[in-house]
Amino acid sequence: MGEEVVVFDVWVNPYSRRVETAMRLKGVPYRYIEEDLGNKSPLLLKYNPIHEKVPVLVHNGNPIAESLVILEYIDETRPQGFPILPRDPYERATARFWSKFIDDKCMPAITQACWDEGEASDKAVEEATELLMFLENELKEKRFFGGERIGMVDIAANIVGFWLGTIEEVTGVELMTRDKFPKLSNWSIEFVRSNVIKENLPPREGVISYLRKKRLTR
Amino acid sequence: MADDDQVILLDFWASMFGLRVRIALAEKEIKYEYRNEDLKNKSDLLLKMNPVHKKIPVLIHNGKPVCESLIIVQYIDEVWKDRSPLMPFDPYERAQARFWADFIDKKVYMPTRRIRTTKGEEQEAAKKEVFEIFEILEGELGDKPYFQGEAFGFVDISLITFSCWFHTLETFGNFSMEVEFPKIIAWTKRCMQRESVAKSLPDPKKILELAMERRKELGLD
Repeated sequence: MGEEVVVFDVWVNPYSRRVETAMRLKGVPYRYIEEDLGNKSPLLLKYNPIHEKVPVLVHNGNPIAESLVILEYIDETRPQGFPILPRDPYERATARFWSKFIDDKCMPAITQACWDEGEASDKAVEEATELLMFLENELKEKRFFGGERIGMVDIAANIVGFWLGTIEEVTGVELMTRDKFPKLSNWSIEFVRSNVIKENLPPREGVISYLRKKRLTR
Repeated sequence: MADDDQVILLDFWASMFGLRVRIALAEKEIKYEYRNEDLKNKSDLLLKMNPVHKKIPVLIHNGKPVCESLIIVQYIDEVWKDRSPLMPFDPYERAQARFWADFIDKKVYMPTRRIRTTKGEEQEAAKKEVFEIFEILEGELGDKPYFQGEAFGFVDISLITFSCWFHTLETFGNFSMEVEFPKIIAWTKRCMQRESVAKSLPDPKKILELAMERRKELGLD
């Protein structure tokens, strides 16, 4: 991978951060364009006409959308750099499975559990707890989902590792408690401390303040 | 791959997700044991091999389970990489293939299901959504023979398995796929000329029978 790389991003968005993390892990320079989702740029709409969302990676004028698709692309175009996906096909399938699980199942459940109210929220808390338990068990005795180093699942789980804590603080909903999730709690500490991740997280107070404002307008 | 590879597929005969795996296995000429699941009475093996989702399809390769149809298809492509590649060679084209397969995976099933399992206004709304999605897909296909260009591959496999359900959608939704989406239907016929597709897809009439049974169970019509 060389030449021009541009990332369309939103500073507070975990999906965008996944892409920047991968770029930094591979040591690939890129230009960052901050999008205002209330007023999307013509370029963003041109590069992602189907979903009109961030993140979008544009490599020499060729756009790619969907964070997990972008992660695989970054990994394949720079195979000599830090490995994001494992090399073994079975381990790759496993990494893809858990990344998809986080996006398709955990994210919606966490969102509903924290932002909804009353009975809908209680049920969602139960569901989110069950789902997080699968992640807890998948960690086993590993330091990271990727083993000794972070990998695609860790990058995908940034929502659990960092953003969940901020959402819990703002909404008062407790999902990932230490007594229920000792492994996931330890992992999230390792995650936010690990080199490239910590340089690439938005400021915690900034995210909390953003979410508080968002909560008021719901 | 060694001849003593053990490959088992847990599936349901009418599942458009399981069918993706069957087509991929056929493309690669892999011998496997097919086990049809009773979805109302799932086997212990299925629940053990897919404890997270408890769903078919599950590919069990030498005792190890792989779940989620598109993940299974990529796994098959990567393990049996010596023949019939399903993904493009170029990384950018591979990214596009993954994007479109993901789009199909996320967008096609639910509204098509609603056409089959609802009526009245809800059904009309589902039909509108299905039309919007297939318009996008027809646009993406364009005049290419297959979604990835000259060669049949991953994106085609993701979508072709819905084609045996078209007759059902047309019957319940009262429309013609060929009239609305001629390029998609031409593509469907092209794909059906492949042995892997023709031999895997069930008879659309049997699918309609199944769908009618389900509608009766829901108390519709």
